[in-house]
Amino acid sequence: MRADPADYKLVSPGSLQSVLSLLSAEPNQWLPIAGGTDVMVLYSAGKLSNRNLVNLWNIPELRQIEVLPKDIRIGAACTYTALRNHDFISREFPLLATAASWTGGIANQNRGTLGGNIANASPAADSLPALLVYDAELTLVSMRGERRLPYREFHTGYKETALAPDELIRDISLPRRFSGYVAHTRKVGARNAQAISKVCLAALGRIANSTIQDVHLSLGSVAPIPLRLNETERMLSGKKVEPSLLEAARRTVAHEIRPIDDIRSTARYRAAVAGNLVVEFLEKLAAESANS
Amino acid sequence: MNSSGDAKVKHDVSFTVNGEVKRLRVHPMERLLDVLRNELGLTGTKEGCGEGECGSCSVLLDGLLVNSCLVPVAQADGSNVVTIEGIAAHSLLHPLQKAFLECGGAQCGICTPGMILAAVHLLEKKPEPTQAEIREGLAGNLCRCTGYMQIFEAVTKAAQQRVAT
Repeated sequence: MRADPADYKLVSPGSLQSVLSLLSAEPNQWLPIAGGTDVMVLYSAGKLSNRNLVNLWNIPELRQIEVLPKDIRIGAACTYTALRNHDFISREFPLLATAASWTGGIANQNRGTLGGNIANASPAADSLPALLVYDAELTLVSMRGERRLPYREFHTGYKETALAPDELIRDISLPRRFSGYVAHTRKVGARNAQAISKVCLAALGRIANSTIQDVHLSLGSVAPIPLRLNETERMLSGKKVEPSLLEAARRTVAHEIRPIDDIRSTARYRAAVAGNLVVEFLEKLAAESANS
Repeated sequence: MNSSGDAKVKHDVSFTVNGEVKRLRVHPMERLLDVLRNELGLTGTKEGCGEGECGSCSVLLDGLLVNSCLVPVAQADGSNVVTIEGIAAHSLLHPLQKAFLECGGAQCGICTPGMILAAVHLLEKKPEPTQAEIREGLAGNLCRCTGYMQIFEAVTKAAQQRVAT
């Protein structure tokens, strides 16, 4: 049953402070909407339970990208187009720029926002593994003040997050310390645009003296949340990339992920592809480190 | 747009559509797509999937390609909207419209307005697109009968003609 627009409110307070004041006065009553690429889909299908929406699209404070000496701060309502077009992000955080180019098609990239993707909390979102491997930190704001939360602590279960009912994500900050790393990302899906991933990998690594000094791995669509592979990373750290290590990596990945069967793929296929993608990255890491 | 917004209450919004200022009283969550078609009679913009997957409702909102099925009309307040009806200059077809005709880039026609808008947006950003850029620029627009090859040919031809003139 299609929704009747007469049943819904949409207010546009126009500033971050006034949105927060509304969320504080009536917590759980208002659903924020930015570019609408998730919210409007549910609304059109008559499946949006919230009747009261508050507009974030017209709030300039949420659209800024600030490059600071130690990190970059991305306003939560920055669109995928803004991320793709930002030279600095393409240069220092290529995994995020690439993921942005894979998200939906051009029309959805012009409207979809990074903060919206985080708050929507789909385990299949293409940009979230990139944020995990870059050790992103979120600034969450409310009338009570602001707090910083490592992004890896944000997703607490399937579509569940650490965001309080009166809070908004204000910005996402990425530390500028990965320039010397080998970066790799790969999406496996029916097609790149407009197709949700079967499995998506983002990875960063650094080798010195033939051993892995630091490695960050994250996979989408293999667990109830976008997953950082902590166990696999610990196992790989300090080791040489050789055939026995690649096999051990496959086993640890298989142990660490929780894939399911759904309309897009099967758990078995996802597990096999997840192992392949991690091995592909480790081979690239070793090859590029040997050449440098 | 005021901020008190009671449900069941319509609001005043105004925006420019194809160069003309329109003032309307609408529910703020009405989809831009429905307002264009039902309130303004601009039925060139089509509804396909209604969930942002097919691109047939594409319009330009402040110069950016968007799916009008995913835009609540309140967010278009004060904006500049261009639909397929605003692409030709009176009776003179846009080079992309001509190229679609000449290359057989339209069959049933449902995807065509969205394809043209996506192509207009692409050529504004990239006047001389590569084949890969054309495919990426139109990747959000699905066609189920014409075939993509004729559509890509039409965009290629229009780009060449625009650069030549």
